[in-house]
Order: sequence, then structure tokens, then C-alpha cells
Amino acid sequence: MYNFEFEKPSTIADAVAALGAEDAQALGGGQTLIPTLKQRLAAPSALVSLSGIAEMKGVCVDDDGSVSIGGATTHATVEAEAADSYPAMAALAGQIGDPAVRNRGTIGGSVANNDPAACYPAGVLGSGATIITNSRQIGADDFFEGLFTTALEEGEIITSIRFPVPQAASYQKFLQPASRFALVGVYLARFADGVRVAVTGASEDGVFRWSEAEEALNKEFRPDALMDLRINPANMIGDLHGSKDYRAHLVGVMTKRAVEACM
Amino acid sequence: MTQVSMTVNGKSVSGDVEGRTLLSSFLRDHLSLTGTHVGCDTAQCGACVVHVNGEAVKSCNMLALEADGADVGTIEGQANDDGSLNVIQQAFQDHHGLQCGFCTPGMVMSTAALLKDNPRPTEAEVRKYLEGNLCRCTGYHNIVKAIMAASGQDVSSIAAE
Amino acid sequence: MPKDSGIGASSKRREDVRFLTGAGNYTDDINAAGQAYVYFLRSDIAHGRINSVDTSAAEGMPGVVKVFTGKDFEGVGGMPCGWEVTDKHGAPMQEPPHPILAQGKVRHVGDPIAAVVADSLEQARDAAEAIDLDIEELPAVMDMKAAAQDGATLVHDDLKNNICYDWQLGEADDAKVNEVFANAAHVTTLDLVNNRLVANPMEPRVAVAEYNRGTEEYTLYTTSQNPHVIRLLMCAFVLGLPEHKVRVVAPDVGGGFGTKIFHYAEEAFCTFAAKACNRPVKWSASRSEAFMSDAHGRDHVSKIELALDADNNFVGLRTNTYANLGAYLSTFSSSVPTWLHGTLMAGNYTTPVIQVNVKAMFTNTVPVDAYRGAGRPEATYQIERVVDKAARELGVDPIALRRQNFVTQFPYDTPVALTYDTGDYNGTMDKLETAADLAGFAARRAESEASGKLRGLGINCYIEACGIAPSNIVGMLGARAGLYDAATVRVNATGSISVMVGAHSHGQGHETAFPQVVADMIGIDESMVEIVHGDTSKIPFGMGTYGSRSLAVCGSAMVKATEKVIEKAKKIAAHLLEASEADIELKDGQFSVAGTDKSVAWGDVTLTAYVPHNYPLEVEPGLEETAFYDPANFTFPAGAYACEVEVDPETGQVSIEKFTAADDFGNIVNPMIVDGQVHGGIGQGIGQALLENCAYDENGQLLSASFMDYAMPRADDVPFYGVDHSSQTPCTHNPLGVKGCGEAGAIGSPPAVVNAVLDALNSGGKAVDHIDMPVSPSRVWAAMNS
Repeated sequence: MYNFEFEKPSTIADAVAALGAEDAQALGGGQTLIPTLKQRLAAPSALVSLSGIAEMKGVCVDDDGSVSIGGATTHATVEAEAADSYPAMAALAGQIGDPAVRNRGTIGGSVANNDPAACYPAGVLGSGATIITNSRQIGADDFFEGLFTTALEEGEIITSIRFPVPQAASYQKFLQPASRFALVGVYLARFADGVRVAVTGASEDGVFRWSEAEEALNKEFRPDALMDLRINPANMIGDLHGSKDYRAHLVGVMTKRAVEACM
Repeated sequence: MTQVSMTVNGKSVSGDVEGRTLLSSFLRDHLSLTGTHVGCDTAQCGACVVHVNGEAVKSCNMLALEADGADVGTIEGQANDDGSLNVIQQAFQDHHGLQCGFCTPGMVMSTAALLKDNPRPTEAEVRKYLEGNLCRCTGYHNIVKAIMAASGQDVSSIAAE
Repeated sequence: MPKDSGIGASSKRREDVRFLTGAGNYTDDINAAGQAYVYFLRSDIAHGRINSVDTSAAEGMPGVVKVFTGKDFEGVGGMPCGWEVTDKHGAPMQEPPHPILAQGKVRHVGDPIAAVVADSLEQARDAAEAIDLDIEELPAVMDMKAAAQDGATLVHDDLKNNICYDWQLGEADDAKVNEVFANAAHVTTLDLVNNRLVANPMEPRVAVAEYNRGTEEYTLYTTSQNPHVIRLLMCAFVLGLPEHKVRVVAPDVGGGFGTKIFHYAEEAFCTFAAKACNRPVKWSASRSEAFMSDAHGRDHVSKIELALDADNNFVGLRTNTYANLGAYLSTFSSSVPTWLHGTLMAGNYTTPVIQVNVKAMFTNTVPVDAYRGAGRPEATYQIERVVDKAARELGVDPIALRRQNFVTQFPYDTPVALTYDTGDYNGTMDKLETAADLAGFAARRAESEASGKLRGLGINCYIEACGIAPSNIVGMLGARAGLYDAATVRVNATGSISVMVGAHSHGQGHETAFPQVVADMIGIDESMVEIVHGDTSKIPFGMGTYGSRSLAVCGSAMVKATEKVIEKAKKIAAHLLEASEADIELKDGQFSVAGTDKSVAWGDVTLTAYVPHNYPLEVEPGLEETAFYDPANFTFPAGAYACEVEVDPETGQVSIEKFTAADDFGNIVNPMIVDGQVHGGIGQGIGQALLENCAYDENGQLLSASFMDYAMPRADDVPFYGVDHSSQTPCTHNPLGVKGCGEAGAIGSPPAVVNAVLDALNSGGKAVDHIDMPVSPSRVWAAMNS
């Protein structure tokens, strides 16, 4: 690792101020960032830890029934504290990494990083959540902009994410056997006004909504509704762990299983 | 250099570290607690698992300064007060749950964290929980067996007793 | 009744206590006062010509002690290969130099170009980034068949081609082999790949070297399975140092699996640099570095043909293999595809005509060498896959086909140079059928099918040659070393015993199992016997631990040394008891005179040896004996394995539902440890079969360069295993009757897994006759839908 200054502010305002320094970077749980730094693939002047900001931690149910999760909330905390209020999201959190990783990794860090095979982007996009930063609110559909790219500006911090809670939801994850990220992960959420299907792990453009599946399921919410749908393999990731065709196939299978889980 | 202070295995310690100093380096190089091992650089092998404020974390994937003020537990602090092996350690020895010993500290620390939350895990729960702890020697058979035994379950019916 | 101590007891491992309490002493735990750190600048391209390496900027960087390049080693030897293979025309293999730091060309991603020694590792790395490289990229030689063609780009410009050797074993008359196949009632042919693997012991490699200017002595602490071999190779062939001035210590080592046998450039570098810098020098590999610098394993591409007569007897076997050796010859790399592979091609069967052809290739990849099983898994995989395919093609039961062709008469001379001394393959298969409840498979399959899964049963038999090896024979075959081992049994005055053994324990439990043998022979408590290993200054000599040889070879040396000790102690006892030596019996730690109640305790005799007041004048004082043991033959563990899998027809996901191993290891000293060895081998074998894949792209970039892409087996990838080793035909030529158990699981399991997957697919109406390992969901799905 290149060396850097370490700061651990206790308020959002102080964190924003610290991130104003040139080449300063926010540090969530560090579960992706620290391995990146070890490879010397990044050289921040300072790391601003968000782990000391109490107002960015925890899970709460808002008056309108939506669930808000602080940006610095660990996966383990989401798994435990959202179990009643948004069980599908709690279950998703419980499938990220491994127990020790879940004790450090945070939802804000994961969403801000937008790894194309990460779980949370599917959950956030699939839920149609709202990403709340220190300066604004961004709808999930406008937030994810491709591989490791989001709508966040330099120094902008995800302070919380607000999830509308669907009638039913399910995350179906097919493991990449080495990293245990998603080879394909499908988050399906069924709301009163329609179904959302978000897919991670599969596309070269990162997380995406499978609109054809949504339309089909809006017409008829049962597994068979997907039977004739095929996703175009051309834009899928093809690598050591699975061909484009295989990923395209898995998107269908995982979506079908998510429907079954929601029935 | 910044001063970091924490409690490690019940003792207050402090030292001067850089921003980039990992908790695993602080334990190994500053405190000579070399029982915590580093087996990878991508946070997957789990040989470095320690407890920070009672929770299992990968110490090679956490900055030492993030643990400032924390209560840290390592393999060196796991034995009973009289020096004898604790229940988990004893189960690992009784059931041959280790061979080369390199992954073992992480396995023991993860097991302690598992059993704190889930005192009687099923075989499937044990295997799932060990997702972040790699062992190359045992094929996991005797590790899983040892963990179930440490939780007080009868493992006599498990194959190859 | 299981025994509670001595040979046959599942004594708990004494070494566990230090490992469980964080008190182990691994090489990375060792820090020498004032040590500097080395960072190796490694090639990020697979193949290139080095035009210049400019270190001037790096040399002025903070903390830098010295920067080394290939030029610093021009007068120094290269990394040697320990086995000269002779090709089928009688010519020696092509043997290119393997410099410590690259000279002239870089030949694989990870090839070290320069080394920076600095006060801290980060400073060394900072300085390495300031080294200015001018390297002209060349086409990467990746495909072995293309590399063998005339006009292919050369990995080594001074060699005539990329073929290290074109080797043959067995029937040399092609016409005779052709005739067998032409006259066969049935021929089964299979093209297969034995996937390249990375051993990945959990402890990455580390070296710490010190040099004492006053005494001119070097000490190297290193992660090795065989410290004496490292010392010999490094002193005699690489650095030209006097052996008696070099101490090599392999302390606690966190797993080896073959990859820590070899002498590596980093060890020699640290030793060299410790003197050149006049400071201790430490190198610790990161896991990422390990992926591109530890020798890899396997990587064979084979075509195998099996000829059967009208009665389904095996009448001929022919294989053609391309074996990848990587960019340089690692220490024992040349022996793996030849004498550790071709010689096993008879398997457990009486096939009378066998021809094995192996082309060993240089490519722009990390060197390939022995990995758990080393050649034998590759042989077993070929044989057992083709036998299974033959059974399917012929519509016969795969167990019956195997049984029909088993070797049943021993000793058995194979057509490929080995003599199996003993075995009972039918007996072992009987054990498997019971232990694996094969009778219940149909019901289990029905249950799986009811839940929408395909279930398959895969059977595999294996034989391996272990306990390597008679030195005179391996010498004739090209080995540049003897393969005996040594032990010194030092009895202390008070009767406790230190046994200095040449085998090194890095997970095998020698510290527990070896004392069981000595204690049993004398009749004393195991706790009175301690094993000393891993330090060239403490042990007489040792060829080390690999090839499932420790107990069979080093254990035999220990038995012989103990016998010498007992023989001498009996002389002393006879004197004390005023009896004839011939009448002295040793039992339960008491020397007694046969037929009388006169006796003297072990401790009294040992004390007398060191306080020789009342002592036989013709006997030397003291009680310490050394023995070297050179085996008369290989040992031949054999077994039968059964794997049951479920395949999810929607995703191609394979899950191992049941795995049973029946092994014949001959006699067993510690059943608990043997079980553990088998478990570990099966875990690695399942890893090879389902998960692990060391892959390069066509430019020689390593695609699986970390645990993010190299899938290590995890606890939830495997089931509990059933292990049965009650089939025991003791080895006929070593004193303990032991055969070795370390590699069996890794040899026996991959074909069982693949056979099971294919059985499952065929049961579901998918006529798939082969899928290459790793049998990943993607590959299974593709095979099902092709």
C-alpha cells in the first residue's frame, strides 16, 4: 500500500469536509478498498473512515413503512436488524462475502463501489430504493451508471438508503465459486404497482433491470410467464467462470426461482 | 505516525503506526502476536481472523487505526486461565481438526464467533459459516466435526470416527 | 479393540497444542535483528526480450540498501533440475538455464527481473516502481501442440525447439501396438485435459537469510518440505557455498503439497543477498505473488486408447500426452510426467501391452512440478476415465469390468517397469461396496430424482507408487539424487529419546506418529520420545517429505536405528543381569532374562550407558545410533473410491452428496492421522474435479491470479467423507509394512467425481461422454445443451 493519512470523523459534516482534500477517499468497511490498496491500484492522500459516524448506522422503519439503512451499516447489522422489516434485504445482506467480511463491509461502501458482481446494487435497484447522500436524494434508476460507476460526485457520501418495502421480494444468488460474489444474482421485488427485476453479476454494464421479465410478470406473476423470455447473451459477461450464454441462461433460472420464492 | 491504543487479550497496548498499517501487522510486527496469520491479500482465506469488540473480522483487511480503542481478541488469548486448551481448542485436538496449523487460529476464532451466536449449529450451518476460512489440509471433515463437538453435540455417528 | 498407545493407536497430536494457542513458529514469524526486506520486480508480460533494466533511480530511493538484476548473478549457477530424463531416442532432455533473476528474456508472468533490498518492504516496493524497464514483448508460447510444431516461437532461444523431451515407456514396437488395437473387439478413445492447479498451501512461501561475517556461516530459514535438499542444491549448484557453512531451517511449515519441495530462486537470492548486503534479508510472498511464483501442478493434455477383446479383457493401452513444464525446469518437474506417471499406466489391471508417449513442453507459463500425487493422479485419471467410458459403451457394469481385469497375483510385473509387491484389489472393492452402501444407490437416486435432481455414482480405482525410492533404480532412470532417508535415535541418560529424522512434518503429524513407533518398539510411554526435524544442523541428513514416503522410508530408517539401539542396550542389560545377550528380551520397557524373573528397567540401562561404571568393556559408552534406509522397491497403496453427486439440471451445479474411500495402506500407525490425510487428499481432489482451474489467456496473462478467481474448495463444497482402510496387505519390503497415505485421496477422487457427474447426466438421458475438469456448472450446462 502507498501510505495515506487516516481520519475518522464523527459527523457527516466533518467527513464531507475531510473529503474535500485533494485525493481524499471515503473508507467504508474497506473490504474491497483495502485489497485494492494492497495491489497499489489506488493512491489516496487520505482515507476518511465513515465508521465513526453514529448517525450513518443502523436500520429504521420510517412512518411511511419504508426501511432506511444508514450508509455505514454493516452487512451483519442489516442481516440482523432488517430481518423483520425487510426480510429479503436482510437475506441478501446475509449472503454477501463471509461472516467476517459482513462484520466490516457496509451497504454504503458496496453501493458506492458498484462492483458489477456485488449483491447490494441488485437489491437497491430491484427495490427502487432512494440513495440519500450528504447533499441530495438519487433514485436507484438514476444512480447506477455502469461498472464501478455511479451518480456520486467526488466527495459525496451515501448517508443512507431508503427502501420501499415490497409485498414480496427474493434475492437469488448463483455463486461465482472463487470470489463468492454473484456469478448471477437476481433481486425481484413485487409491489402493488408492479414488479421490479434487477440483475447483478451478468452484464458487462453492471447491474440492470430486466424489463422484459418485469412486463411479463406484471401481466402474469408466475414462473411460467418467463418461459419464452431469453436475455441477449451478447452483453453478458463471459469469463473463466461462465460463458455469456450460460450467464444469460442463469438470469432466466434465477429469476424464475425468485418468482417461485415470492409465490 | 499516529498513536493507536487498544486492548488486546485483556491488556492495554499502544504503538505508533502509519495510516496504512493493517491490524494484522500491528498484532504481528508491533506486538509479536504471531499466532494471527496472513494467508492471502484478498480477504478470503481467514487465517487472520480476530475478534474486534467481540465480532470476527479479518485483521489483514482492517486498518490498525480503525481498531483504536477497541477490544481485540486473538488466538493467544483463547486458552483457559490456567493455560489449558479451551473447549473449542480441545475439540480441534480431540477430533484432529488441524494438520499444518496455519489456518487454525482463524478457524478457532471464527468458531468462537459462530458458537456465540449459534450455540448448536447444524452441519450445514457450520459449513456455511466457514465460507471465509480456507483450509488446504483437512478437507474440512474434522474441522466441521470438531466444531459440532465443541458445541456439545454428539459426533460419534459421523463417518470415519 | 483400538489400541490406546503405540503402533495402531489414534494418539492425539502433540503438535496441536502450539498450533491451537498461536505458539507455532512459522518462517514469517521469524525476524532477524536488523533485517532488510526484499521486493521482487516481476514480469507482467509472458514473454519478452530484456533490452535494459535501469536501476539508477531506484538505487537512490529512501531506505534502499541494494538493487539486484540478472547481471549480478552472471557468475552464479542457475536453479538446477534434479532429474535428467532421457528421450525415446536415447538423447538427454533439453535443459535450459534457469537464472535467479531473469537474464536476456522474461519467460512468464511473474519471472523475477530485479530485486530491491530496503529497510522496509514498502520502501523496496517504492523503489521497484522506479526501475525503468525496456522489454520488447514477444509472442507468448501457450498452446502445447502448437509449441511442438516446427517454426514455433522458442521459449529458450538456445534450444532446438520447445520440446524438453519426447519420451516413451512400455511397448516400443509401434507395429505390435497397432496390431493389438487392430485386432481388438472394441476400442475406447478419450481426449482429456488434466487441469493446471496451484497447490496453495495456506502459508505462502517465506525466506529469511542471515550471514555471519565472523564465522562465514549462513543460516536460511525457509518454508521447505526438505531443508537438506535445499542446502545441497543451493550450495552445490547455485551459489557454490561450502555445505558445512550453511544451515537451512524449515521450522513450522504451513502445508506443502509438493510445492515446497523445490529449490526456489527467492531462497537462493536471500542467501546471496544477506552476504552482499551484510544484513539479514527477508522475503515473504503475498498470495498474489505465490500464484505467479510457486510451481504449479498437473497440466497434461492426453489422448488415451483402450483396447478390449470380445470378453471385455483389457488387451492394450496407448496414451499420448503433452505435459506442460512451464518456462523453466523446476527441481523435479521432468520426473513427473515420466517416471511418476508413465509407470503407473497399468493401473490396477493386467493390460498386457501398454505404450506411453509423453512430449514435455516449454511454454511461457509458471514452471510446473509435483503437486500432491505428482503424475499418479494424471495416470489414474486417464485410465479410470477411459475404463468408465468403455463400460458405458459396452453396456457393462463399471465395477464388474474393473474386477474382471484386476491384477490378482502378486508380485506382479507390469509392462511399464514396476513390480507390485502386494495388494488385494477385489478385497478393497468389497470394502468399498459395503462402506459406500452401493446397494442403496438406486433408492438414493430415486429420492434425488423426486426432487428434480439427477444423481450419479462414480467409481474409481487407483494404484500409486510411493515410498520413493530405491536409489539405484531411480539413478538409472535419471535422478540426480538418492532417495533414501536417515534417522538418528539419541537415547538420553534418563531414558528419554530424541529422534532426529530427515522427514519434515508440515501437517502430517510426524511429531506424534513417529514416537508411537519407537515407544512401541521399546515399550515406553510415547511422551518419552521426541522428534527433531527441519534443521540441517540438528539432523544427520534427510531427503524430506513428499511422495507419501515419510513413514515408509524415513520411518524405516528410524526403525533400523531403534533396532540398533535396542541391540546395544541388550548388551548392556546382559552385562547388568549377568546373562547371555541372546537370552535378553525387551518388553514394556523392561529387559529380562528369558525364563527367569531377573530384569532391569530401560532407564537403568540407559543411565548405565552414560555412567558406565559397571559396564561391558567391549561396548562403547553412550546410546545413540543412526541409520540410513534405502528402500528395496516402491510401495503400492491402492484403493477403490465411490462418489455420488447430484446435478441440478437447470443450472448444471454439481453437489457431492456422498464420498467413500476404501484404501489399502498396509499397516497403519495412527488411524486418526491416516483418516485426516485421506480427507485432505479427497478435498483437494474434489477441488480439482469441480472447482480449481489455473487458467491463462492466449497472451500468457494469468486469469486465475488470486483467490478471487482461483476457486479453492470451501467447507460447504464438500460433504463428510467415509473412509475405510481395513483392507490391509502390508508392504512386503519395509520393516513396518507401511505403504503411505498422503496422496491417495488426491489421486483417487477426481475420476470418481467426474465419472459420477457423467453417470448422472446419462441417467437423465443426456449422452455426454466427457467433460473436462473442473466440471463447473457452466461446463456441465454446456455439455447438457450441446
